[in-house]
Amino acid sequence: MSGAAPQQTPPSKGADESRVSAATEAMEPGARDYLTPARVAAALAILGAILAATMLVALACGSAHLNLFTAMRDAASPDRAILMGVRMPRVMMGAAVGAALAVVGAALQALVRNPLAEGGILGISGGGAFGAVLAMILFSRFASVDAIVPAAAFGAALCSTLAVYRLAQVDGRLEPLTLLLVGVIFNAFWGAAIMLINSVVNFYFTHSILFWLMGSFEAPTWREVAIVAALGLGGSAILMGRARDLNLLSLGDEEATHLGVEVDPLRRTVFVVTSVMIGAAVSVSGIITFVGLIVPHVLRSILGPDHRLLLPATLLGGAAFTVAADLIARIAIAPAELPVGAITALCGGPFFIYVLRHEGRRAVGL
Amino acid sequence: MADETTRASDDANEIRAAASECLAAPGEVALRAVKVTAGYGGRAAVREVSIDVRRGELLAIVGPNGAGKSTLLRVLSGALTPWSGTVEMAGRPLAAYDRRAIARRMATVAQENPIAFRFTVMEVVLMGRAPHLGAWRFESARDLAIARDALDHFDLAPLAGRAIQELSGGERKRVFLARALAQRPEIALLDEPSAFLDMRHVAEIFGRFRELAERERIAVAATMHDLNAAALYADRVLLMKNGEAAGYGRPEEALTAERLRAVYDTEVYVGRNPATGALAILPIDSARRRATA
Repeated sequence: MSGAAPQQTPPSKGADESRVSAATEAMEPGARDYLTPARVAAALAILGAILAATMLVALACGSAHLNLFTAMRDAASPDRAILMGVRMPRVMMGAAVGAALAVVGAALQALVRNPLAEGGILGISGGGAFGAVLAMILFSRFASVDAIVPAAAFGAALCSTLAVYRLAQVDGRLEPLTLLLVGVIFNAFWGAAIMLINSVVNFYFTHSILFWLMGSFEAPTWREVAIVAALGLGGSAILMGRARDLNLLSLGDEEATHLGVEVDPLRRTVFVVTSVMIGAAVSVSGIITFVGLIVPHVLRSILGPDHRLLLPATLLGGAAFTVAADLIARIAIAPAELPVGAITALCGGPFFIYVLRHEGRRAVGL
Repeated sequence: MADETTRASDDANEIRAAASECLAAPGEVALRAVKVTAGYGGRAAVREVSIDVRRGELLAIVGPNGAGKSTLLRVLSGALTPWSGTVEMAGRPLAAYDRRAIARRMATVAQENPIAFRFTVMEVVLMGRAPHLGAWRFESARDLAIARDALDHFDLAPLAGRAIQELSGGERKRVFLARALAQRPEIALLDEPSAFLDMRHVAEIFGRFRELAERERIAVAATMHDLNAAALYADRVLLMKNGEAAGYGRPEEALTAERLRAVYDTEVYVGRNPATGALAILPIDSARRRATA
């Protein structure tokens, strides 16, 4: 067995090698070999600043005239009343819902290894909305209806997730194309079910039902804002705790297992947490689609796919995007309003087609 | 004529075998499969196979398509639970370890290496450090040094910042082998590591893993199609047919002309490569041979 190993001088290491990578970095200033804490800090600082600026603009603009400075200085001014009573909860709600939806999108994309997965497209939001509508009508005479509706939204969202996931498995393997098709069908099915309910209930409910189908942040209470923010941030924190495992999952279930990931518990965690987050978002704002598709996709192409950065980045980016979309919904045809879900869908539809044509082909196995 | 050659080389075998027994101290058993039977959906792909993977040696698993090589490797890695028989790592049943504990000791490289998002080469290699790190912790200077060292091992340093999707099949394969190396395992299970690679890189990769086996006392098991590579680089060979072991031992013992003829159902010539002294295995085109005779 002598002469088995080719007698080669190993490539020089150490100083020589670091010079090479330094040279590479010098050639491409934007070169990113791997994620560093400094890059995370810089990216999150920039996104945080964008979010803060967007929220400030959203607070200042709207159908009613509002002077932010007056509102801050004078507690008794009408400006203050509009700011704290109407605009602030609305902007906060937009931020909380957008953050939750975007993080859910990123986590689901990691889970199914497909950039086209999203709560709305996979029918999870639709399931949640159906549960919410059903609970709202069945329990409308109970005092605890406010607590029942989010719980029902979560339960229905989870059932919908599990059903879609189970049906998309062919011989124990997740087929991306089947997953998307099943999700789209579920989405249509839930929409039809909601319309069916709409056609048999009295007029009192129909406005609320349409609101759920289109998605809107109209007049939320501070309590609703607090619940959605708490569930959204809590869920995001749990998902971020699994960031490295989500990275490994892009290699496939078996490879991830070989790198120490317990895949089934991870998958259960992500399903339950994302269903809670979507349930919470849907129960207060209805179906808002495509946020979870657009935001993670844009940020992934800029920042790279490492979920340790991607998840917190989508949280900030999703909040900023949704607050901006809601601002457009409020001022585009002021004093009337568009549903924010219509704005995100109008942006999202063409974007979905673009992603599908440019890089989704391989992802969905076309 | 083929018989004569075999007989002549048998003598040489004995001499070499005696010599190599003196040289190579028998390694400690890192991974042991005892009479494992496993398969998919009621059909057994591996039947009653027993093997040892020892530290400090490279074990080649060879055989025709569908012989059960990859299935055996999946059983060894714990990805597939055997229907019967046991797999033990360092004397304990594999099932008694959690996945992270296994990942700290064992690296596995699959035959195909799909990856969903545009991770860079460096990021993929750093994934090999994951079993040694917490959920969110950043890689330490030591982790980075280990990853860079693994990149160097497979000539990948200039590609560190490239997206994995931009690489050729062979480059991609090397990235995943480098990732296995960055895991700093005691056991490496490689499914067709030489697929997609050109001759130079095949030589380099097996050379590297042999070197690692000897220097770091890693136990390496690799499935392969190339019998000559198995003869050249492996310390021991498992020859499989229809899920069963058809030969197991040093290359000279496992890869005899008779065994190969039975397993591959084709005439083969087994001789010596005069340049290396290793076995040289060539198919014999019986039709042409008859014509010239």
